[in-house]
Amino acid sequence: MADESPYKPFYSVLILAFFCSALVAGAVVGLQPKQEANRQLDRKKNILAAAGLYRQDQPIDQLFAAIETKIVELATGAYVPEDRLSPQSYNQLKAALSADMGRSLAAEEDLARIRRLEKYALVYLVKKGETVEQFILPVRGKGLWSTMFAYVAVDADLQTVRGVAFYEHGETPGLGGEVENSRWQGLWQGKKIYTETGDIGLQVVKGKAADAGNAAAYEIDGLSGATLTSQGVDHLLKFWFGDNGFKPFFQKLHQKDISNG
Amino acid sequence: MAESTQDLLTKSILTRNPIALLVLGICSALAVTGQMATALVMAVCVTLVTAFSSLVISIVRFQIPSTVRIGIQIMVIATLVILVDQILKAFYFDLAKQLSIYVGLIITNCIVMGRAEGFAMSNPPVASFMDGIGNGLGYGFVLITVSFIRELFGSGSLFGVEILPLTSNGGWYLRNGLLVLPASAFFLIALLIWLLRTIDPNQQEKD
Repeated sequence: MADESPYKPFYSVLILAFFCSALVAGAVVGLQPKQEANRQLDRKKNILAAAGLYRQDQPIDQLFAAIETKIVELATGAYVPEDRLSPQSYNQLKAALSADMGRSLAAEEDLARIRRLEKYALVYLVKKGETVEQFILPVRGKGLWSTMFAYVAVDADLQTVRGVAFYEHGETPGLGGEVENSRWQGLWQGKKIYTETGDIGLQVVKGKAADAGNAAAYEIDGLSGATLTSQGVDHLLKFWFGDNGFKPFFQKLHQKDISNG
Repeated sequence: MAESTQDLLTKSILTRNPIALLVLGICSALAVTGQMATALVMAVCVTLVTAFSSLVISIVRFQIPSTVRIGIQIMVIATLVILVDQILKAFYFDLAKQLSIYVGLIITNCIVMGRAEGFAMSNPPVASFMDGIGNGLGYGFVLITVSFIRELFGSGSLFGVEILPLTSNGGWYLRNGLLVLPASAFFLIALLIWLLRTIDPNQQEKD
């Protein structure tokens, strides 16, 4: 290759780069709709799993038809009308990062260590006829390595946990990664969130939860070998059921009950 | 160095395994061997990428200016990896979710580049393609062996199917916590290398 032209490296790289980028761009654009559909389906599946409505033998979209999606303003707890923000296109995580739809959390507020909080959150209402049976709330918080994402299903009494689904995390498989364990998630069912004084009683304890007495209604077993992940889960509960999270929303719903009744 | 197709395919599995003999591609072998399903998908992806990148590079090997050959190899490999990643995301979403970052890391897997630079640059396309498949199989062999042990004794299951009921699921088997962690793959790969070099002393390095 002694007589190689000095320009050859340049144009050969250029030609190849052009060819490769065309190929990559083609694949990305061509497969985009399919990937997006997968993502949506995965999200719906996890929401259904949290509510305990997921059935393997039925199409997800059909099951999801019973669920209504709404947007809540976290600070006031009021529903946002659909013409202001469309639940179908609202991206909660993007909103948290944007300047006008999200805000930074001060260190002492930021129990779940998520740094930025959005002003509006999606909620999913499981309805039977006109009455709401369950509220499914998206929550997130930092574990040991990663931000963990979950849906928590709360009964219409706004007090009882109906189920939970952790669907995205990067915790150590087998230790912290056991947040995915369906047996552990099953322990959440029927736990109470608020104490009589209105504080958050629901907690993940280290080791085994109390199996009798007052505490048994609030405590969830910690994950063995994963102290920091368990703590992360505990903190995210404290955050999302607290004043910065969904508590104003719950209060609003309670008020509505009273004014209706 | 005219080897038969069969030699190219099989020799890379035991006699010159890219992980065991050359100790290449260790990082991904640690990361994805916790479960057999992810290990298998990773092995298939690496096999495809190695085979096709070797094929492409071998076809254009006379056109590649030697000054920029590494850059061109990386570009071909990166393109193929992105294609694999996109296809996984579109058709095998659950697996893509688990493998997400590791698929991207195939680009830096030394086996792929090693075969492109060491074999495909100086051999005809068909032989290069076979060599790529062979090395992918060798890589896959180690991954499957390691993940078999790690998943069986670390998580009590194989391909996600429960074999040994875990205490955390109400069974009797107390999982081995070390095998769940990526570091355990180091020990297993080392034992495997030891085993292979004891069976076949040709692989031992002279002091």
